[in-house]
Amino acid sequence: MWYLCMFFHRLLDYRKAEVESLAELFGYVGDGLEWQLPQHHHPDSPFHFVNLPSEELARTIANRSILVKGIYEVWGEGGSYEELEEAIKNYPDDRKLSYLTADSTFRIIVDSFGKVMSFQEQNDRIKGLAYIPFKGRVNLKTPEHKFWLMQTDDYGVSNGLPPVAQRTIFFGREVGAADRKLLPTYQLKSRNYLGPTAMDAEMAFLMANQALVKPGKLVYDPFVGTGSILVAAAHFGAMTMGADIDIRVVRDGRGPNCNVWSNFKQYGLPAPVALLRADNNLPPWRPSLKEVFDAIICDPPYGVRAGGRKSGGRKLLKGTVDPYTVPDDKRTDHIPSTGAYCLSECVHDLLDVAGKMLVMGGRLVYFYPVLREDDSTGENHFPEHPCFKLVSSSEQILSSRYSRVLLTMLKIGPYTEEIAEAARIKHLEFRENHLKWLEDGNLHSSVFASTDTQLTATGDAKFSKEPRRKYRGKYV
Amino acid sequence: MRLLTHNMLSSNIKGVTNGFPLLIEVEKVIEKPVDFNPDFLKNMFLKVDWKALVDASRSLGYAELPEDTPESSVIDSDDFLRKFHHALLELHLEEGALVCPETERKFPVSKGIPNMLLHEDEV
Repeated sequence: MWYLCMFFHRLLDYRKAEVESLAELFGYVGDGLEWQLPQHHHPDSPFHFVNLPSEELARTIANRSILVKGIYEVWGEGGSYEELEEAIKNYPDDRKLSYLTADSTFRIIVDSFGKVMSFQEQNDRIKGLAYIPFKGRVNLKTPEHKFWLMQTDDYGVSNGLPPVAQRTIFFGREVGAADRKLLPTYQLKSRNYLGPTAMDAEMAFLMANQALVKPGKLVYDPFVGTGSILVAAAHFGAMTMGADIDIRVVRDGRGPNCNVWSNFKQYGLPAPVALLRADNNLPPWRPSLKEVFDAIICDPPYGVRAGGRKSGGRKLLKGTVDPYTVPDDKRTDHIPSTGAYCLSECVHDLLDVAGKMLVMGGRLVYFYPVLREDDSTGENHFPEHPCFKLVSSSEQILSSRYSRVLLTMLKIGPYTEEIAEAARIKHLEFRENHLKWLEDGNLHSSVFASTDTQLTATGDAKFSKEPRRKYRGKYV
Repeated sequence: MRLLTHNMLSSNIKGVTNGFPLLIEVEKVIEKPVDFNPDFLKNMFLKVDWKALVDASRSLGYAELPEDTPESSVIDSDDFLRKFHHALLELHLEEGALVCPETERKFPVSKGIPNMLLHEDEV
């Protein structure tokens, strides 16, 4: 059956991917969901029709979702209130009457997108629905049935972009609604222990939804930091495990009551099953261990706000400094130096570890930075691995120069030595062709270079001065 | 550090061929109750290296686990699952070290966090 899905007007590129992931999480089998836009609506419209096999599924998706405001059974839609009345009257009685009975309670909520409605106007609109034979009693606090009157106006014509939605009025019965209360509870500003790149709560929950986190699953974050991603996974009932190369972050934090453990305690969540200091470049997992994590979720260091490090620091300066040997008497308390860890290598290691350690059907969810100049080349080139299939990619624009893309990958093939070798070759090829800017420092310089340097670099001042194409869809 | 973690880790020093299981040097063991989750345990039962778990739990002073790898039917026994749960998730090595079986290199465990980072000349 077709349902109307109203989204919060945020993170537009993430919305459908989230609903599709949740559908799968709650048992939907099939190749993606069917979507349809209301007539004359831009793809950025908050209104989408989605075909779901059952009302139960629609409700569970809406309840768990971060970006779905509500899912509704539409009783009528129209460009004007007259058209709406006509449509509602034509909607089959057997779909309506059981929700209008005398022993039921209900309320009507008026919502608008792109305009503000006064309380008086809302009341008038509700009274205008008198042609619907409501027999039940009104209950504003805990009604059995909620009906929504949703109106959009020609929103956004004034900013030079095509309108998102044309004037449309929907009337429908609420099937399920989101619980955004979760976000103020988990917002970062009330979090005890924070790092400079802690993942904000909304995004962390989205990532957990993309990874199909549910109770009893084991979720791993190889760049755990202050644990902000694992907190979201733990909220959904997963067992969590995290590693970081910086021991001060995972072990000490800022004292006995301000560390990764306290971040879980703060929300009454079970502590991670393990936190350890390890290097994803040289993972310490026993060789016979494989297919143990149900999901790997992480935000790898891409060298813009925080750079990656890997072990074996001074050895990397071969030729200039002799390989460093730790004197025997200093071994116990030796603090090893670390070397730079460029993003392309980091992503390759991540895919390799995930290929081995994820269960079949497990998901790898991580952020991957993209320089926005690459937009013009059309298709983005995301890292590939023979064990994985890309499920979705959702872009969030961070500045005029770069954005980050949330990649969701599904493990479809078992990991073997041959595959690892093939992936390594593919990686080298990939690095050769696309990843120059992912090498150490390049992304950082592209993001932070002054405009002057960019002009000289492109040699075409006129072109560079042109304002970038607006794309609202990924801004909000 | 729980024994689940110990069961997953090995010494990955360059040249070491048999870095698993790591021996445990105990300074301080603590117990923390964890919610009992049979599904998770049944899943993990298939993944753990049994001998390593038994030896590790003994070095932490818990000798209730059977020496030989149990039949897979045993996971339906509540009594067994409880013991497995306790050994796998509730025993913590708070302070001590993990010792590489081949080179005797010590990976320190402090405040419950194993430090698996290699020195420059071990990479």
